[in-house]
Amino acid sequence: MDTLKIGPYEFRSRLLLGTGKFADLDTQKKAVDASEAEILTFAVRRLNLDNPNEPNFLEKLDLKKYTLLPNTAGAQTAEEAVRIARLAKASGLCDMIKVEVIGDAKTLLPDPVGTLEASRRLVEEGFIVLTYTNDDPVLAKRLQEVGVHAVMPGASPIGSGQGILNENNLRFIIEDAKVPVIVDAGIGSPADCAKAMELGADGVLLNTAVAQAKDPVLMAEAMKLAVEAGRKGFLAGRIPKKRYASASSPTEGMIE
Amino acid sequence: MRVTLNGKQVDLADDIVSVSGLLSAYQLREKIVVVEVNGEIIDRSCYDTKAIADGDRIEIVHFVGGG
Repeated sequence: MDTLKIGPYEFRSRLLLGTGKFADLDTQKKAVDASEAEILTFAVRRLNLDNPNEPNFLEKLDLKKYTLLPNTAGAQTAEEAVRIARLAKASGLCDMIKVEVIGDAKTLLPDPVGTLEASRRLVEEGFIVLTYTNDDPVLAKRLQEVGVHAVMPGASPIGSGQGILNENNLRFIIEDAKVPVIVDAGIGSPADCAKAMELGADGVLLNTAVAQAKDPVLMAEAMKLAVEAGRKGFLAGRIPKKRYASASSPTEGMIE
Repeated sequence: MRVTLNGKQVDLADDIVSVSGLLSAYQLREKIVVVEVNGEIIDRSCYDTKAIADGDRIEIVHFVGGG
């Protein structure tokens, strides 16, 4: 069976879903179901003590069915990311962490130096580390040298929906990778998912494209199918592109 | 006693002396939360014994939707 292996874990689904920005918890639950995602990302934040009983999405989930992937979103330094990761792990719910160290408020692009340092320290501390990174093949290599369990290059800026901007770099990263490559951030449509998977990515992580779609539940299903289609297309091996036509029907036996 | 709780100055009732007591006061005993006191994460098994003192900086965090 074609599975996605990350560290000690194995998954059937290659679509990882973020849980932010949904209009309501009911739609979110239905979208998660429709996506058939097995890995869900979360952020770690202060509890609102003015309303501690506010409904929380985590409480709606059968936690045995999902692997939680908390992120270090909000961290601007390696130290902040490590602190958030430790807090997440102390929940006792997970040992995977999505390292995310942002270096620029406008573009939300990752800080490569802080990202590498946080990843190194968290690998040392025994986390299963999935690192959100720039689409930089050299940085992807450095991350693997410090032992990350997956590299997650962005397709384009977070939440931008611009799709894959640098196909060439993604291809370089995928060709050289010794760990799974998960295209994370910037996905806008099912076509972007299929494209990433056809390039040979091992998975896709997305959030906004589903959460902010007109119909998030239908879009979640579309993304699931696109990831599956792209994966199968990659495994099947596409034909080379040719400059001129080549007839699909026999050229012999023509009626004269 | 006065502590900094999730970034706000809060006066706690005199009978709150441990992390357990604090969580009970906010009805959080059954919730999935993580507690940090003065930068140190408190293991669940230590909630009863971990004392809270005047001036402590306490963070109570949880998982929220995020990408």
